[in-house]
Amino acid sequence: MDLLRFITAGSVDDGKSTLIGRLLYDSKNILIDQLEALEKSTKNRTDGSVDLALLTDGLRAEREQGITIDVAYRYFTTPKRKFIIADAPGHVQYTRNMITGASNASLIIILVDARQGVVEQTRRHSIIASLLRIKHVVVAVNKMDLVDFSQDVYNNIVIDYNEVAAQLGLKNITYIPMSALDGDNIVDASTRMPWYTGKPLLEFLEDVVLDEDVNLTDARFQVQFVIRPQTEELHDYRGYAGRIISGIYKKGEKVTVLPQGIETTISSVEIAGKEVEEAFAPQSAVLQLADDIDISRGDTIVKSTNLPKVSNELEVLLCWLDDKPLMTGNKYLLQHNSRQVRAMIRQVEYKIDVNTLQQQPVEGQVKLNEVVKATIKTAAPMVYDPYDQLSEYGSAILIDETSNSTVAAVLIKS
Amino acid sequence: MNTTYHLNYLEQLEAESIHIFREVAAQFEKPALLFSGGKDSICLVHLAQKAFAPGKIPFPLVHIDTGHNFPEALDFRDAMAASIGATLVVRKVEDTIKQRSLTEPRGKFPSRNWLQTYTLLDTIEEFGFDCCIGGARRDEEKARAKERIFSVRDEFGQWNPKLQRPELWNTYNGKIHKGENVRVFPISNWTELDIWNYIRHEKIDLPSIYFAHERKVIEHEGQLVAISEFVHPDEQDVVMTKRVRYRTVGDMTCTAAVESTADTLDEVINEIISTRISERGETRIDDKVTEAAMEDRKKNGYF
Repeated sequence: MDLLRFITAGSVDDGKSTLIGRLLYDSKNILIDQLEALEKSTKNRTDGSVDLALLTDGLRAEREQGITIDVAYRYFTTPKRKFIIADAPGHVQYTRNMITGASNASLIIILVDARQGVVEQTRRHSIIASLLRIKHVVVAVNKMDLVDFSQDVYNNIVIDYNEVAAQLGLKNITYIPMSALDGDNIVDASTRMPWYTGKPLLEFLEDVVLDEDVNLTDARFQVQFVIRPQTEELHDYRGYAGRIISGIYKKGEKVTVLPQGIETTISSVEIAGKEVEEAFAPQSAVLQLADDIDISRGDTIVKSTNLPKVSNELEVLLCWLDDKPLMTGNKYLLQHNSRQVRAMIRQVEYKIDVNTLQQQPVEGQVKLNEVVKATIKTAAPMVYDPYDQLSEYGSAILIDETSNSTVAAVLIKS
Repeated sequence: MNTTYHLNYLEQLEAESIHIFREVAAQFEKPALLFSGGKDSICLVHLAQKAFAPGKIPFPLVHIDTGHNFPEALDFRDAMAASIGATLVVRKVEDTIKQRSLTEPRGKFPSRNWLQTYTLLDTIEEFGFDCCIGGARRDEEKARAKERIFSVRDEFGQWNPKLQRPELWNTYNGKIHKGENVRVFPISNWTELDIWNYIRHEKIDLPSIYFAHERKVIEHEGQLVAISEFVHPDEQDVVMTKRVRYRTVGDMTCTAAVESTADTLDEVINEIISTRISERGETRIDDKVTEAAMEDRKKNGYF
């Protein structure tokens, strides 16, 4: 049994919460007391039905205002897989929430209302999916019950979306016609759309191949913490603890420590205190090295035959996440996994319109939810890969040193 | 499927939790692990051991003792801390009640759950802890589902759901101002069943109350509550002896038992798989009071 993390993207009325509620409900992941609480909160509804959307609204503040704050995480399990859903709301703060939720997702479900077809929101969600290079896309054509389960309507939406996908370079797209409200093509195949021969949503989510998503070629390891027990029997022990970001590490391999650029050999690979022959992404491991080198948190250990980039000038895409606008010339902290360096935003070149993907000149300040291309200079060299080649090692955050807030998502382009 | 370089879901969850533990050790000056002797915090300690092996866990275990705990859990707590050579700090709600002349809750099930927030905040101040690691899981409750893995609290320990930092990729921003504090939840993404499966897979020892045993209980609103020096039955209550086990271990006054014959891990897991009631719903008396009970407590500095 493995693990799939996905995000659902939709605007306010396209049935996203109902879809999640339906997945949890039909896969029997909602329990009696949760259902009772739900019935209690829907007692005032006139038709007496249970509002599945309420399952995903967490806080009292949200229930009172009928809105969803922020990203919520949901869990469900089938005999084949464990699923983690990042549920990002689709209103004002939507870019910030969607990027946050999507950053850990390997699959995105984009909801399309069958009556509306491909609209501006659909395009916007797809643009974010393409910026973040989400590996699998499901286009859920929802509310088919409201268009008489028409195959023509569905086919036209597929044609329209294919065009969007081609413009954005999105790959691995799967289309599923459904009615989340009635449960058509969610867990069981719909009897009302016999013309659809693909899998229902849950079956697709259970079967989609994930192993190929892990990069086992470019070995990247960043030191999180240095383990030095300094006990009598482990007097000289010095282990570099970290998570293998990508690739495979074996005992005896020649490695280079960056940014120092010093070569050495792996003398042991350990997982949870036990020595192993090799370790691979995304395992948490400890590496010991043959030579005594000054290595600290944030340094990168790679194979000498496959080196990442090292530079203190970065071309980046910034997704601005803070209410306080970006200040060119201000210093920020750039945190790249466990490495923190001071950074200055030198120049903002252009803004990306998240509805059209077009480049626009930046007039005035860069504000919350805006995506810009910028140049960053760092106080110490950064070790990274371009996001488009290895997203796990090309992503970072910016922190405002005065407020300590996380103010931007950083995608390193080159 | 690539079988050589493949992690199953438990291995993936474990790798993520270990990564979080190491971030805590590196980012904070004085972290502490909140340890109650319950199954979730036992798993936390187990994961922390793996994260820092062959070294020891580089922070103390802290227990906020309400005085209403199960003796089996307290014994287990002490034995586990001793066996791994960890520092154990215990602070008692009893003492806080005296020092701060707090009003002791009354009633049939006098819960000190709300009061332990005072002791926790005092303990944080006493030791200068800048981070407390807790065993909360997002599947437990609606308010938890919205909380970050690194959850920043103000100097009153309060959680503000509207002012959370975006948490992207596997990058954790633990920067805080003096006086602030971060609660870190390394098993946020685990469910109850994941915890049990992990306990089975790793052969982790648990206190005996997690397995079926005989106990004197009364029935209260459909839940079974054990008779103890802290629980005061009325005349109407019928005291029965039943075979029960606990799904969670909190205070004796606010944790209910479930009828069970499961005395092995396999049987417990089978019961959990077939049960149709959530863990908090079945065993926590305090969450039933209002639908937003947890949200309120979190905002006031509870885990």
